[in-house]
Amino acid sequence: MSKCKVAILGSGNIGTDLMYKIERSDALELTMVAGVDPDSKGLRLAKERGYLTTIKSVDGLLEYSDNFEMVFDATSAKMHQFHSDKLTSIGKQVLDLTPAAIGPFVVPPVNLNQLQTEPNVNLVTCGGQATIPIIHAINRVCPVSYAEIVATISSSSAGPGTRANIDEFTETTANAIEKVGGAKKGKAIIILNPAEPPVLMRDTIHATVEEEGKEVEILHSIKDMVKEVQAYVPGYRMNTEPQISGKEISVFIEVEGAGDFFPTYSGNLDIMTAAATRVANQLALQRTDSAKEGVK
Amino acid sequence: MTNHNFEIVDVTLRDGSHSMRHAFTKEQVRKTARGLDQAGVNYFEVSHGDGLGGSSMQYGKSKVNELELIETAAAECSQAKISVLLIPGIGTKKDLTEAVKVGANMVRVATHVTEADVAKQHIELGRELGLKTVGFLMMAHMAPIEKLVEQAKLFESYGAEVVYVTDSAGALLPHEVTERITALKNELSCEIGFHGHNNLSMAMANTVAAVQAGATYIDGSLRALGAGSGNTQTEVMVAIFEKMGYQTGIDLYKILDVANDVVAKFMPRPQEVTGSSLMMGYSGVYSSFLLHTEKAAKQFKIDERDVLVELGKMQAVGGQEDLIYEVAANIANK
Repeated sequence: MSKCKVAILGSGNIGTDLMYKIERSDALELTMVAGVDPDSKGLRLAKERGYLTTIKSVDGLLEYSDNFEMVFDATSAKMHQFHSDKLTSIGKQVLDLTPAAIGPFVVPPVNLNQLQTEPNVNLVTCGGQATIPIIHAINRVCPVSYAEIVATISSSSAGPGTRANIDEFTETTANAIEKVGGAKKGKAIIILNPAEPPVLMRDTIHATVEEEGKEVEILHSIKDMVKEVQAYVPGYRMNTEPQISGKEISVFIEVEGAGDFFPTYSGNLDIMTAAATRVANQLALQRTDSAKEGVK
Repeated sequence: MTNHNFEIVDVTLRDGSHSMRHAFTKEQVRKTARGLDQAGVNYFEVSHGDGLGGSSMQYGKSKVNELELIETAAAECSQAKISVLLIPGIGTKKDLTEAVKVGANMVRVATHVTEADVAKQHIELGRELGLKTVGFLMMAHMAPIEKLVEQAKLFESYGAEVVYVTDSAGALLPHEVTERITALKNELSCEIGFHGHNNLSMAMANTVAAVQAGATYIDGSLRALGAGSGNTQTEVMVAIFEKMGYQTGIDLYKILDVANDVVAKFMPRPQEVTGSSLMMGYSGVYSSFLLHTEKAAKQFKIDERDVLVELGKMQAVGGQEDLIYEVAANIANK
């Protein structure tokens, strides 16, 4: 089977970690990494590993547009619209890892199947990727009237972009809790913890359901979902059994990263790149399937 | 500051929200606000205990929407100004804009002592909106003085007019307060504030030390109503600073009246130094964890003190109330 060719735009930490994850994918082939800084560690590593690189950002990619079908944008919200317009106009699919969110949100185990033909999809936030699957798992058993998530990440894994725009995290995540998770009302809280050694990413989901009495089914659904997420984030786990009291449910998640480019405590960064790779991988498989159907 | 040497900022209607399990009523707020205003307090704070947007399953839902409480308090003010607390990551710029519409005149933007840079946009917005804008460095006992100074300078560079040393865990001792306030006075040109908790019975001593070292904004609450063992007691501060020869600008009898005739009447329990709150000061645990820890310890039939010591060891920071249940569950399963 021929693999789907992809490129990474942005040679910072996220872009570099993506490179390692894509290498392990069975349906994707990384061909090119684009950045702006000739001295960046990411571009140097990409070159060492034999990928075509450019320091001309999106324009550099466009010079080799036959080299890829999908692009991961790991730059910034400010640049994303510009990048996306150029890439989608020539028929490339764009996976947005910035907070720009101009395309629909995607959370792999929840709504990936509905987004096959979208030119641009957005990966929400790290807190969204870690918690929305659980909210969906509860909501598919019993409607969730309110869901709130608390993401605690180590200070050293919160980059300058997150820090300068912390409201973007809370607002985007709350929005996706409703749109993708299915909760009628969503809220998100983020906490930075500077402890040394750095703490693993922790996510707590507090949800209120519309009726009592479905505890067994809800627990079952949550556990199934944890396994689904573990398929692409092996370090995703529940620390404690969920707490259920009446209509209120709290689920406690810990995310240990794979340790590709980031240290393992940066589960928040890891879950973004893992989810993005998962999305691209599944979209590529779907493309192959529809191509097969086409030749019948 | 014509008739007084420093500002006493009363936080009964914000820090007290923790002790009240976020169930302040409009009537309680109205009477307290009126009393504070008439006693001559220039600034008092009204918000959920965890600041704007704090109403949540994590911290406790507000019984009455905080915007309604702010509006109610504002209607009682003839001279006093209303402050709101904003913790980036919990509350947003949008929440602040809404609070200003209903009468907030001051914002205190709070971050953990090492994380000041998340507050840049919120401090800038405070200044843009013409608010008295304050930076609040929480859990100040957790960072060495050089770090505290570095972070305070960030707040000042964003436009904060006052930077606070906030002893959220009630863990600091007077000589440590003196060192911190002195360092900030030497290194910054803005005003310096101090916010204390009484977990080790040091709130008043710490506040006196802060003023003597040059702090010009100090926090208190009536009958000490606040998280953990509560805050420095506002009415006692007024009496003590008068005895020390300072001008507070606050009428002692009137502040005593609002403390005893209004606040004492609705307090769910006295603010004492109990075994658990003492352990919070001793282990350096965020004061608002108290009631959550009590509940979890009861559920798992374990000793609250073990939970608090463990939280201290884990270097939990403000806002991590969700960790309490997990720690308690793990202790119970051992």
